[in-house]
Amino acid sequence: MKIVVCISKAPDTTSKIAFKENNTQFDEAGIQFIINPYDEWYALVRALELKEANGGNVTVLNVGGAENDPIIRKALAIGADDAARIDAPTNDALFIAKQIAAYLKSNPADLVFFGKETIDYNGSQVGGMVSALLDLPYVSLASKLELNGTTAMLEREIEGGIELIETSLPFVLSAAKGMAEARIPNMRGIMAARTKPLNIVPAFEASNATEIKSFTLPPAKTGCKYVDADNVDELVNLLRNEAKAI
Amino acid sequence: MSVLIYTDTSNGAFTKNAFEAANYGSLVAKNEGTSATAIVIGEAKDISILGTYGITKVLHFNEALLTNFDPQKVAQIIIEAAKKISATTIILAHDYSGKAVAPILAAKLDVGLVTGAVALPEGNTVKKTVFSGKAFATIEIKTPTKIITVLPNAVEKQTFSETLSTEAFSCEIPSTRLTVKEVKKASNELSLTEADIVVSAGRGLKGPENWGMIEELAKELGAATACSRPVADIGWRPHHEHVGQTGLAIRPNLYIAIGISGAIQHLAGVNGSKVIVVINTDAEAPFFKAADYGIVGDAFEVVPKLIQAVKKLKA
Ligand SMILES: Cc1cc2nc3c(=O)[nH]c(=O)nc-3n(C[C@H](O)[C@H](O)[C@H](O)COP(=O)(O)OP(=O)(O)OC[C@H]3O[C@@H](n4cnc5c(N)ncnc54)[C@H](O)[C@@H]3O)c2cc1C
Ligand SMILES: Nc1ncnc2c1ncn2[C@@H]1O[C@H](COP(=O)(O)O)[C@@H](O)[C@H]1O
Repeated sequence: MKIVVCISKAPDTTSKIAFKENNTQFDEAGIQFIINPYDEWYALVRALELKEANGGNVTVLNVGGAENDPIIRKALAIGADDAARIDAPTNDALFIAKQIAAYLKSNPADLVFFGKETIDYNGSQVGGMVSALLDLPYVSLASKLELNGTTAMLEREIEGGIELIETSLPFVLSAAKGMAEARIPNMRGIMAARTKPLNIVPAFEASNATEIKSFTLPPAKTGCKYVDADNVDELVNLLRNEAKAI
Repeated sequence: MSVLIYTDTSNGAFTKNAFEAANYGSLVAKNEGTSATAIVIGEAKDISILGTYGITKVLHFNEALLTNFDPQKVAQIIIEAAKKISATTIILAHDYSGKAVAPILAAKLDVGLVTGAVALPEGNTVKKTVFSGKAFATIEIKTPTKIITVLPNAVEKQTFSETLSTEAFSCEIPSTRLTVKEVKKASNELSLTEADIVVSAGRGLKGPENWGMIEELAKELGAATACSRPVADIGWRPHHEHVGQTGLAIRPNLYIAIGISGAIQHLAGVNGSKVIVVINTDAEAPFFKAADYGIVGDAFEVVPKLIQAVKKLKA
């Protein structure tokens, strides 16, 4: 079984967000980059578990420049067998999806994992787009996946509950919490990652459908109004009459 | 030129997010000087209510087979409906269905998509949340047709009184390899992502046995309950209540945080809330910086009093 896990690079969750160039660019100064948590904790780990149970091969796939190589090596250290990086810019979800779909057309996979969303762009787009470009079934925000031969049973998050879904290989999914437990790379994995193949693939022809024009930070809160712990009625009064929230 | 809105249903009733999408789509249509059409799939009670959200026309694809949600099929129906009315803008809610369907639509139609919009478009640009709620980006859609998914509370609710016409609609849908075997919903629970008020608690509550007062306060307020990540991780509360950067992102009108420190990853999932109330023993807890109202005090004393105060208000 051939499994591909698409991983993206994201700023660490503790990052303080700031912009530069007149608020048109994310300021990367002092930012530590990680594998997008959903891609690492859930997609990659579940892919490795399936490989361990059923045999096969796990490839991590990334679209981006050479600055992404450290996070790709980390995915190899966690246990992926090999990696490919499509050497292309990452300014638009549809453009990224077209890169990934073009790669998968010439390197078909039985199962393609995405994360639920990137924690910087928060698009929740690329996985669904790739499924459409390849005409494969798409299970979004899957919190559980079991394989039985080529039949797959999944749980998908919906408003206030879950759906149990059955589909068959090949298909595309985006992984959410519940799918697996995060793994920490061990020394052997880190050593092995150095010699695992990381293939650089030239970009495919495509154009951008969107463009980020500018960023803004949320307006700072004007300050917290404190209510005395002995005067809880006053809080209820403020919520009703001032904030009109209850 | 016209606006098409996908109004999702659950058990034959429109979801709250569907109304949010309808309201947003109608305002887009108004700004563009055109009309708002909704596409409704499957059985739906009380379609005429969409008129109060500004919809003037409904295309109703009523086939039982589609009570089983498959994003590929839903996308195909929306594409055909969009063709029929020459839609140049397609609006969906940024909920579980919208997140599944919108990217498929965008790829099939080869057009630009902005997900998680927090304001009406200005020309071809749309403002959306990025960095998990820590910032906003203004994004230009470069294709003539645009697709937008909308977050709750993105725009104020307007009251319209449109009389709408409903037209039966049907088209070929692809056969797919995906089947929904079962839908499991906690029927009596208010869904966290749709709730107007959320009462949330963290490690400050010391143990799962202390959640009775949180649930009671939520019940009195008609609120949903949520929790911080460690609380879900240790198993004090179910995982689906975990909010934050790695849990659910929510945008209620009112978020009450009890015994939660306000770590940056927690704030990321809740700082889209309109009003934030923080109750914490530690006056230095970072959450107070993000709060509108705060009580420095012990949850075990303040929350019971708060329950009484809310009861008194309602009496
Ligand atoms: C990669 C990553 C992702 C993360 N994602 C999330 C996420 O999505 N969501 C999330 O919530 N966290 C997330 N976290 C964890 C986050 O950093 C914090 O550790 C967590 O939010 C703290 O939870 P807490 O506030 O409940 O507990 P604590 O930090 O232990 O805070 C407890 C608070 O309760 C107060 N308190 C104590 N006793 C009382 C009392 N009697 N009455 C009132 N107040 C009292 C204390 O003063 C304190 O402020 C993430 C962390 C990482 C590294
Ligand atoms: N540059 C990229 N390279 C590879 N995979 C990506 C890239 N960007 C996004 N993805 C994948 O697509 C998912 C959804 O991304 P997004 O649509 O940006 O929220 C991520 O969780 C990744 O699995």
